[in-house]
Amino acid sequence: MNARTEILDRIRSALRDAPAVPDVPRDYRRSSALGEEELIELLTDRLLDYKANVFVEEAATVPQRLAALLESTGRYAVPHGLDQALFAEADAHDAGSRRVTDAPGHRLSVEELDGVDAVVTGSAVAVAETGTIILDAGPDQGRRVISLVPDRHICIVRAGEITAILPEALRRLDATRPQTWISGPSATSDIELERVEGVHGPRTLDVVIVRG
Amino acid sequence: MSGTFLGMPSLPVFGIGNLHEHEPFPKAAHRELGNTQLRANLGHATRTIRDKRLAVVSELPDWEELREAGRAIKESVMARLPELLEQFEANFTARGGIIHWARDAGEANRIVAALIRDQGADEVVKVKSMATQEIGLNEYLEEQGIAAFETDLAELIVQLDHDKPSHILVPAIHKNRSQVRDIFLREMEGVDPELTDEPARLAAAARAHLRRKFLSAKVAVSGANFALADSGTLAVVESEGNGRMCLTLPETLITVMGVEKLLPAWEDLEVFMQLLPRSSTGERMNPYTSLWTGVTPDDGPQNVHLVLLDNGRSAALADEMGRSALHCIRCSACMNVCPVYERTGGHAYGSTYPGPIGAILSPLLTGITAEENSSLPYASSLCGACYDACPVKINIPDILVHLRGEDVDSKRGKKRLPSQMDLGMKAASWALSSGKNLGLVEKALPLGRLAAGPDRKITKLPGIAGGWTQSRDIPAPPGLSFRQWWDKEHQAPAAPPAATGTGDAGTEENP
Ligand code: SF4
Repeated sequence: MNARTEILDRIRSALRDAPAVPDVPRDYRRSSALGEEELIELLTDRLLDYKANVFVEEAATVPQRLAALLESTGRYAVPHGLDQALFAEADAHDAGSRRVTDAPGHRLSVEELDGVDAVVTGSAVAVAETGTIILDAGPDQGRRVISLVPDRHICIVRAGEITAILPEALRRLDATRPQTWISGPSATSDIELERVEGVHGPRTLDVVIVRG
Repeated sequence: MSGTFLGMPSLPVFGIGNLHEHEPFPKAAHRELGNTQLRANLGHATRTIRDKRLAVVSELPDWEELREAGRAIKESVMARLPELLEQFEANFTARGGIIHWARDAGEANRIVAALIRDQGADEVVKVKSMATQEIGLNEYLEEQGIAAFETDLAELIVQLDHDKPSHILVPAIHKNRSQVRDIFLREMEGVDPELTDEPARLAAAARAHLRRKFLSAKVAVSGANFALADSGTLAVVESEGNGRMCLTLPETLITVMGVEKLLPAWEDLEVFMQLLPRSSTGERMNPYTSLWTGVTPDDGPQNVHLVLLDNGRSAALADEMGRSALHCIRCSACMNVCPVYERTGGHAYGSTYPGPIGAILSPLLTGITAEENSSLPYASSLCGACYDACPVKINIPDILVHLRGEDVDSKRGKKRLPSQMDLGMKAASWALSSGKNLGLVEKALPLGRLAAGPDRKITKLPGIAGGWTQSRDIPAPPGLSFRQWWDKEHQAPAAPPAATGTGDAGTEENP
């Protein structure tokens, strides 16, 4: 008998008392009623708690913010689907010479990504209560690897993407897309329980929240 | 509903691997109790995590509702396991993943080694996984000439020091920062000789050490926290980003997961991803969670394998009273509230799974008669703190009592040589069955005083009772038993020879 058949047989045999399948009581919160400003405030508070840097902007001020954040940086990576207009201000200084784009047919190698200082991406959805930003590899977020290898992740979160609680966020997502849930920069408490931000993932997380 | 089982009921097939006590729990615990650093570090860790956990749990108005949903979901998973496994397999496979089934630890190890060899690789990067620790994968791969690099900081420390984890969440908690620095200086190639013992510097050293490995690794091995049957999705919950590195960079990803880790549907994840981080690290959410469903063209590993592991899980499932131990999501909350664990640490439990959950899960997976695992269900005071803390409401004290009963039954059934406990119990029942017998026992009391010596303390009792004196002294017994004293004090000079009330016992030595 092959292993699959044998294991399934063992399990069926273990269940020969035919245990009842219980109803799952879903009495926990599944929706909320927070307004945009409250959501932004809550998300900001949680992200700061994780030692992320947070900047709340109007759509019109995002290019200045990005230019300022990128000022001291060398080269930075972006996914092909991220609106290039966001970099208008940064480009005014360097004509886009520091920007490298990961696009289908023109993939950045791991070595190239290891050589850039930062990555700028969008996001799919965020959860205010837990300070979580979820990427689902959409065109403005790119392949998983691009937001992983560079040491600094600048992440743009639009107010419309922010939900209050996790159940609301999951309803907007497709399970089968590759997902990365990010709640602050990478961290460890493995040595004497002292929290250290930044181990293998990006050591700096800058979040630009865009109103409206 | 799962199909009715029509075959011949099979006997449970138990698991093998790193699941055993190699010495009885009291003995191992006694040795670990002598490790004061372990005890101090562990006490600090369990207290800190406990407080953090309480704070983030009390923040949620619906914590109890989440626990209740979590419990019910896991119960339905167990009841529907065959059907859910088949559904998961179909979905994962449809998206390019390959599933392998492993009856036990040995089979899982062989499958993983063969997959690594197929890629022409002789080393792999690993992200912390209890399942691979349970099956002893690293040791097996080493025998096969394949080097496995643990990438979780604590696991790296433990591996570099050729040690074992002491806590499932913070496996290197028994080491102080200066020890970690010494290990790095001794074992890490090309490490800065000026390395200080600041945790941030140590973490940076680990980052530099592993970076080249991550960027060049061809094969990664991981565990999984959850698997969603309705989509074929796997999830790994982590903090440092080493998990993301392993799950994203290598061309080949091999995941080893116990069959009990399934959840029926995507929406169930919203329950468990609220329960797990808060119960585990006491965080609102862990820094990183990765989800993947088979292969995503052009993104991440293109050879994606999953080894589904039984290794005693079906045997645990066959125990109607014990099967809910399989609901465990390995958060470690029960350990952090356990007064026994807080003092002995994880090493005393022998198995990969320590603490209250280990005390039930290990003997359920291996069978109660395996090696010294029958001592594990006694490693508890049944205070119930673990049950209250458990995010999926596993009634650990009830299962402990059930397994103690199994232990007693199995010893009787197997007609083993009567143990000291049995002999002791027999002796007690003989002594207590009649006043006369008790009187005979009481006559031996002065012998106890002899054993105690001049300081009136007995520091070493023989046999099973020795367990009691290993960590405490007991006062010497009095020269007279209460009944002897009573007789002496109440002997009226003119009393009739047949005094009433005291029966015929205890009079033998009276003048
Ligand atoms: S038994 Fe419960 S509390 Fe203990 S590790 Fe498992 S899920 Fe957590």
